[in-house]
Amino acid sequence: MSSNININQSKCHTISVLVSNEVGVLSRIADLFSGRGYNIESLTVAPTADSIYSRITIVTQGDDATIEQICKQLNRLIPVIKVANLSMGEAIEYEIGLIKVFVNDENRAEFMNIVSQAGANIMDVTDKTYTVKIDGDEKRVKTFSELVRPFGIKEFVRSGKVAITKGNWFSNFKKTKE
Amino acid sequence: MNKIMYSGAEILIKSLLKEGVKQVFGYPGGVVLPLYDALYLQDDIKHYLVRHEQAAVHAAEGYARVSGRAGVAIVTSGPGACNTVTGLANAYYDGTPLVLITGQVNSSLIGGDAFQEADVVGITRSCCKHNYLVKDVKDLAKTVQEAFYIATTGKKGPVVIDIPVDIFNAKHTFTYPKNVELIGYNPNYKGHPLQIQKALNTLYEAKRPVIISGGGVVASNSHGELKEIATRLSIPVVHTLMGTGTYSDYLENGLGMMGMHGNYCANLTVSNADVIFAIGTRFSDRITGCLKKFARDAQVIHVDIDPCSISKNVKANIPIVGDIKNVLSAMLHQMDKDKHEVNTELKDKWLAEIEEWKKKKAIPQKLSDKLSAVTVLRTIYEYTKKDEPVVSTEVGQHQMWTAQNFKFNKPRKFITSGGLGTMGFGFPAAMGAYLALNSKDKYVLNIAGDGSIQMNIQEMMTCMDYKFKVINCIINNGYLGMVRQWQEKIYNGHYSQTKISSPDFVKLAESYGALGIRVTKEEEIIPALKQAIEFDGAVMIDFVCENFEMVYPWVLAGKPIDNVLLSEEDC
Repeated sequence: MSSNININQSKCHTISVLVSNEVGVLSRIADLFSGRGYNIESLTVAPTADSIYSRITIVTQGDDATIEQICKQLNRLIPVIKVANLSMGEAIEYEIGLIKVFVNDENRAEFMNIVSQAGANIMDVTDKTYTVKIDGDEKRVKTFSELVRPFGIKEFVRSGKVAITKGNWFSNFKKTKE
Repeated sequence: MNKIMYSGAEILIKSLLKEGVKQVFGYPGGVVLPLYDALYLQDDIKHYLVRHEQAAVHAAEGYARVSGRAGVAIVTSGPGACNTVTGLANAYYDGTPLVLITGQVNSSLIGGDAFQEADVVGITRSCCKHNYLVKDVKDLAKTVQEAFYIATTGKKGPVVIDIPVDIFNAKHTFTYPKNVELIGYNPNYKGHPLQIQKALNTLYEAKRPVIISGGGVVASNSHGELKEIATRLSIPVVHTLMGTGTYSDYLENGLGMMGMHGNYCANLTVSNADVIFAIGTRFSDRITGCLKKFARDAQVIHVDIDPCSISKNVKANIPIVGDIKNVLSAMLHQMDKDKHEVNTELKDKWLAEIEEWKKKKAIPQKLSDKLSAVTVLRTIYEYTKKDEPVVSTEVGQHQMWTAQNFKFNKPRKFITSGGLGTMGFGFPAAMGAYLALNSKDKYVLNIAGDGSIQMNIQEMMTCMDYKFKVINCIINNGYLGMVRQWQEKIYNGHYSQTKISSPDFVKLAESYGALGIRVTKEEEIIPALKQAIEFDGAVMIDFVCENFEMVYPWVLAGKPIDNVLLSEEDC
């Protein structure tokens, strides 16, 4: 019977937004988040298989009521075709981290060991630095960065998350005519 | 086939005509010159020249609110477009359908900081429902059609079309698309049948039900359905400021306005209800007061076309997304089948309780020999009610006094800035309202404060040019009264920057060729009104009122809405 919105736990959600691939759509979404005080942890954009649409994957934080409002507000934007909260079901989430680390003769062997154990790839080597790529879910990228932190991270670039639903569940737009 | 080529400006005019536009408000400028040239060469659309772009948008809104059709305004790029922002935000908040045409610098100059360039699409993005920058003349007709479609469907709102000057000059054939195709925009019109049944069952079972009628009932023209449901289930109705006129204030179970300055009885009824049937309202903080304490023990049924309004502030137990007219009609249809009998004994007990609350009212203050604003407004209401004029207001004390003391039995008669609270809205909106009435014999009352009227006072000249019969009733109390009222109670009487001086409104009106009247005594009110109504043109009546009158009932911001102050003694 309580009629007021409970302030429950704030959690990370991955929201997949299918949009018309038109000028300004990203600003509309970014404006919505900043204007209404929502948080963006990461955001990726790229065209879909059909290049007239783009897929925006947003990782955001909030309690259930906030996330519900975010999804509703996104849906209200005219170029937004479909909004799916992938955290509601099972989804494959993926991101890439590129890390440039200082390495010297003394710790090179230890570093190489961590890289191979973690399944990261070496992308570039100089006499002082190694640039490695780690991919997988957020936890994997984060754990790896923690492991190499003691060596001295010179640069750490993350792609932000992309995600897709598992199994027969779609977050795609189904054309109604056809 | 040899098709006729038209300029972009001509295509725009043809598209507006296809949308049934006959009147536009606007202000010319450099980059809209081709459009104004095309307007000059035709007679189908009449252009009304305002004195400030903000007023053009407010006037278009007043027109839209009274007529129910989209209002249209045209302005130039840069400063012209920037001046419309307040008007757009106002229309967006209150869900008024508008299409604003803004000129833009030549496409090749965009981004180069050209003279009178502004990123209009960027600036207006968060204060309109949608906006366009037309980049190719072949998209122009389609864009206009989409803009009108978006503005007038779903939760209505303003749409901006930004058109570079080269697009106005470019040539193309004219074909108006048959249908709008927008895959990302499908407002949900039909309420879910199961939710509707659930809502009805809840209402049947309710012991202490109340309906809150909001602006959505006006927008969807569903006051008829609302009345039938309320009557058949014998449920009392309160309305929000924007819902004024949706349920007749003359009816027994019409409890009037609720909220910060709502009736004691309306607020108490909502606070003590076990079922709240909220129709077309956003549950703004001005009606809920302290959210945590709002309707703690009530089941909330919430109907709205905008899913975002539902469970945004007040959690809905039974949400129904849909067009109000459809949902209420479906409910009535289902009621015919259900043949539910109202438990009169229960209802009478509830209504008797409400009758008790009705007895508690704010007592008008008599602070000095000067005119009391409440007395002035009551007299204006009593004298003009036979004419059923459209009444617009500015924002502040006078707005609340008008909402409290004028009774309405029809929607679209009370035009006020609800969500944004825009001072300077009422006067230009009254011009648009007058135009929408389309009758020379009618007049529009604009109830204003001495502060608010000075925000768009330049429109006196527009009124005189086009013989818009707007009677400005200025409640002149020498202060920005509503802010002063808060300062008196909350800021230890520090009247910081709220004492405001005014010109001689009578002389000012006369300088415009309008009629100006000063009223300082009660017995002068009616003769002044009589003279104003007889005058052929705009009028300013300067009601010199008591400086320190307060608006009661009053619920202090953030307090629960049953915490109603009725007079000085309650404070």
